[in-house]
Amino acid sequence: MSIVTTLELLPLLGAVLLAVIPKSNAELAKRVALATSLVTLAVAGVMAYKFQIHDSAMQFVQSNKWIASFGINYAVGIDGIALVLILMAVVLVPVVILAGWHESENGKWSAKVFYILILVLETMMVGVFAATDVFLFYVIFEAMLIPVYFLIGGYGRGERAAAAMKFLLYSLFGGLLMLAAIIGIYVIAGNQIGHTFDLAQLSTLTIDSSTQNFLFLGFFIAFAIKAPLWPLHTWLPTAAKSATPGTSILLLGVLDKVGTYGMIRFCIALFPEAAKTFTPLIIVLALISILYGAFLAIGQKEINGLIAFTSISHFGFITLGIFAMTSQGLSGATLYMVNHGFSTGALFLAAGWMVSRRKSSNIEDFGGLQRVTPVLAWTFFLAGMSALALPGLSSFVSEFLVLVGTFTRYPIAAIFGTTGIVLAALYVLIVIQKSLHGPTTPGNEDLKDLNLREKISVAPVIALLVIFGFFPKPLLDAINPASQTVMTHAGVTDPAPKAGK
Amino acid sequence: MDLSNYIYLSVILFTIGAIGVVVRRNAIVVFMCIELMLNAANLAFVTFARINGNLDGQVASFFTMVVAACEVVVGLAIIVTIYRSRRSASVDDASLLKR
Amino acid sequence: MTTSSHLVYLIALPLISAALLLLLGRKTDKWGHILATLVSASAFGIGVSEFFAMQGRTGDARAATQKIFSWISVGTFKVDASLLLDQLSICFVLLITGVGTLIHIYSIAYMSHDHDRRRFFAYLNLFIAAMLLLVLGDSYLNLYVGWEGVGLASYLLIGFWNQKPAYATAAKKAFVANRVGDVGLSLAIMIAFAQFGTVTFAGVKAGAPHASTAALTAIGAMLLLAAAGKSAQFPLQSWLGDAMAGPTPVSALIHAATMVTAGVYLITRSNFIFDGSSTARLMVVIVGGITLIFGALIGTAKDDIKKALAASTMSQIGYMILASGLGPVGYAIAIMHLLTHGFFKAGMFLGAGSVMHGMDDEVNMRRYGGIGKLMPITFATFGLGYLAIIGVPPFAGFYSKDKIIELAFNAGGTKGIILGGATLLGAAITAFYMTRLIVMTFTGAKRWDEKAHPHESPILMWLPMAVLAVGSVATGFLFNSGNSLVNWLAPVLNSRNEVGGEELMKPIVVSALALLAVIIGVGIAVGMYRKEVPVVAPEKVSVFTRIVRKDLMQDAFNEAVLMRPGQKLTEGLVKTDYFAIDGLVRLVAGIFASTSTALRKIQNGYVRSYALIMVGGALALIATIWVVTL
Repeated sequence: MSIVTTLELLPLLGAVLLAVIPKSNAELAKRVALATSLVTLAVAGVMAYKFQIHDSAMQFVQSNKWIASFGINYAVGIDGIALVLILMAVVLVPVVILAGWHESENGKWSAKVFYILILVLETMMVGVFAATDVFLFYVIFEAMLIPVYFLIGGYGRGERAAAAMKFLLYSLFGGLLMLAAIIGIYVIAGNQIGHTFDLAQLSTLTIDSSTQNFLFLGFFIAFAIKAPLWPLHTWLPTAAKSATPGTSILLLGVLDKVGTYGMIRFCIALFPEAAKTFTPLIIVLALISILYGAFLAIGQKEINGLIAFTSISHFGFITLGIFAMTSQGLSGATLYMVNHGFSTGALFLAAGWMVSRRKSSNIEDFGGLQRVTPVLAWTFFLAGMSALALPGLSSFVSEFLVLVGTFTRYPIAAIFGTTGIVLAALYVLIVIQKSLHGPTTPGNEDLKDLNLREKISVAPVIALLVIFGFFPKPLLDAINPASQTVMTHAGVTDPAPKAGK
Repeated sequence: MDLSNYIYLSVILFTIGAIGVVVRRNAIVVFMCIELMLNAANLAFVTFARINGNLDGQVASFFTMVVAACEVVVGLAIIVTIYRSRRSASVDDASLLKR
Repeated sequence: MTTSSHLVYLIALPLISAALLLLLGRKTDKWGHILATLVSASAFGIGVSEFFAMQGRTGDARAATQKIFSWISVGTFKVDASLLLDQLSICFVLLITGVGTLIHIYSIAYMSHDHDRRRFFAYLNLFIAAMLLLVLGDSYLNLYVGWEGVGLASYLLIGFWNQKPAYATAAKKAFVANRVGDVGLSLAIMIAFAQFGTVTFAGVKAGAPHASTAALTAIGAMLLLAAAGKSAQFPLQSWLGDAMAGPTPVSALIHAATMVTAGVYLITRSNFIFDGSSTARLMVVIVGGITLIFGALIGTAKDDIKKALAASTMSQIGYMILASGLGPVGYAIAIMHLLTHGFFKAGMFLGAGSVMHGMDDEVNMRRYGGIGKLMPITFATFGLGYLAIIGVPPFAGFYSKDKIIELAFNAGGTKGIILGGATLLGAAITAFYMTRLIVMTFTGAKRWDEKAHPHESPILMWLPMAVLAVGSVATGFLFNSGNSLVNWLAPVLNSRNEVGGEELMKPIVVSALALLAVIIGVGIAVGMYRKEVPVVAPEKVSVFTRIVRKDLMQDAFNEAVLMRPGQKLTEGLVKTDYFAIDGLVRLVAGIFASTSTALRKIQNGYVRSYALIMVGGALALIATIWVVTL
């Protein structure tokens, strides 16, 4: 059994264990959930240690027959891109559990159900990045909606049921298109090499260009909804405003990455020609997302909505990097996915604590927090600096790589993208000024600063932001061979420097 | 005797049953009409078995009888329970599933 | 190239100290300021020893490098975290750590009553570390890290008292204006990478001769945009005046001596780019020329002593930028003026802080008057700085500014006359507003409240001022004797000894003209402000004065052209998102919802109607089959 499978089974085992714990003992449920996620993290650490960094092939592969008559396998394996995303996911889960210790208490159901859902979701998060069988990927891609639906609808705030429904319907619509495309490519495979869903085999198919375009769109729209790309983004702010901070972190930090990950792994790998055809359109959409998300973030009055729109802007950067099709763009985009997970995670954590203390999520209700709750204010400040990609924090490395990678091929697009950094400064600094600076707003005088549990939960995230800001090499070393493989497969090379020696 | 007469009888019985289900309100009568439809179907099965000269239809009619027996048990139980709680055997009063 | 192993300590020491003070929090309140000052002083110590070590080496071996670790490596984009200490950067290292240490010492006393003094020193150390990284990075990307790092420190220090909304806004404004400049720096790096496949200074320098002029012009223009943001040059100048919201030592260190001059460093460091594009040089000259007049004009109408000095800083940096756009020797002259300016302007800011310290934080010069007698040391040190900035021989400013004026005239033709005239005019206005400042503050009758008790500042404050005053006197002569600075910098800046160009006027004539301009400026100011100064600024003034008082409408312009339309755009997009994009989604959902509401009526709950529908359906099915098979 591959270590990836172990990694998938561990949280599931924890969920089963939680199921037998009595409902009344919420404290025990939380501890079991935390312990499970920490053990998972440790196993993931072992996996990262064993990972051969210079090997660009899939590693830890395992393949078992699942539905033999359709050629469906349980097939998993990871390359550098999947590795870093899985690591990000398993780091975020214990952080979420520890930071939101009381998050599950205002829900429709018991705390135990909350943690079962979180752990089941963790299993799927590992599975979705590790799947090398297109059908297996699709099943997990859709199944992930279920725990998230219940996490938003059962434990959220405000109009949580409506938000959960909107999220679900949007995603299901995308999933439907993807299913059609998967069936399409399965039929084509049946005509050419026999029935299979194996990703590596499917990417060797020769598909005529018009079919390729349709199939590409089927996948791409599903991923563009997930990512989310303008104009398919409106579910995200709604969901972020209603979900608990922990759910938002997993949703924006990990689940949405499945969209951008899918663009690399499926859209480009399966349909390189169609990808090239649609690149101009996608780059325009990405640029609109960057600027549109930033402007909307400036215009938000609600703190979670603001974070959601900053993410739309950041997903624009990621998509831009992917479709720039240069090694800097691809590696930068992948690194961006990881950094965005941590950076947005920190933002949601700090904002969540601010909201739960102030009992309001309106930005206007905060003010002067730097003097009332200094540690919380610093956390929010650093997370904000990471969101505006301040050099020295990890998001700078990825944002700059994306832009420089885009510039070498599409200079005009990169110029537009770069103006996004001014808007980023605006949306971050405006919210920082309104919430942290100025005189203390009435009603905020007695807010409590972070307690030890909260400090411990956010410290690793902040530490990772700083460490990867100065030392992104381990991540980049893992990503580079994989993104090189993608480029080789798509048949593109980096543009050469213009001024010859 | 011409076997098709049995088919005609079966059709007539089925139609009577179907009309009964649609027009009558009393649950017991509706129930009996459903039984009538089932038995009409049974008659058709048996007749076709006779016409084709094999036992397939006979077997099918046994299935139907078993299903009908189960249905009587469950259906009557439901009707009795509804009658107990609502003091009425009219099917129009039992429209709770509407909302 | 020499490899060194201890350059990293220059940056690491203050960085670690800043991190310690911030992480340990109030526990370090007692000794935090001492640690910070010692760290800054030891960085200065390292700088001095490196300087002497460098003098012991000759030729190419003078520059020292240190590779710390491999930072980013993706495809051909390889950037190491490595440092380069050459003849240019050592000047900055000494200026930053030297002036920085003096200002640390000054701040111990100046901030002694502030509850958050430790945090202040942590930010100062953070600034020192970032600024050293800026001047020591061996590639544009390393420079960029320091570049934004000093921006962050500046933001934190301007907003040090951010409980006041106006101060918090000033900090935000500075950051955003700097970010606009950073777009320029980012794009410059991207163009450089696309052109040369590398972003190290050495790599770009080697590739520059092979690049097209258009590419070099593009890089140069983007670098100029970056410099304009950081150095408060036209059109991104408006943040500097507001930045005076920070504590006065910050204004002295960051917004006078070091950070705001980073733009000059960037341009001189990129001399190989500007050497290849006369268009880029012309743009630099234009920006510098506009700003030097612009800043000087603003300075004439300011009643706030710090804002008057800030306007002066803007103008003086305009001189430096102008000089650096005027060819090879200009780079070195710009650096010379930068260094002398670092001394006299920092000294004057500290003097202003000393006055404010004695006057209950009053900044309005109309409420000063006659302070000279009560604060003799402050007056003396400030006075020496004053003589230096207006360019009286043999003070420091005379040597550096005269060279710039001379250089401007020698640009040749109409260009030379315009530039020379502008620099001369600038010198006259500088003399005017500085004289106005000193007359209003130190001489005349007292105009302050009865409550204020002006007194001389403690030794921790006047000692740094005295040291800087000595610098204001001596540095010009020192740098100029035997062209020592120009020669020292020649290997890096490719600068020659002589001023060059077509000599329009003899240097002695230029000096005479400059001196004449200064005398006229001083004369007008003394004439206007020697008499009584009204405590409240007069209302009945000319339109021109009003416009100058409003900073030549820079804020009004930004507000009307950028802020208001931006806000409108944001509001419009928020509405678009809700009504158009999400509206469409809600419309689709609404259609489904209303259709199902209509269809739901069939589900009336009556078993008999369901049965009827079934029968009807069955009949329809049979009929269909019948029709089809017929």
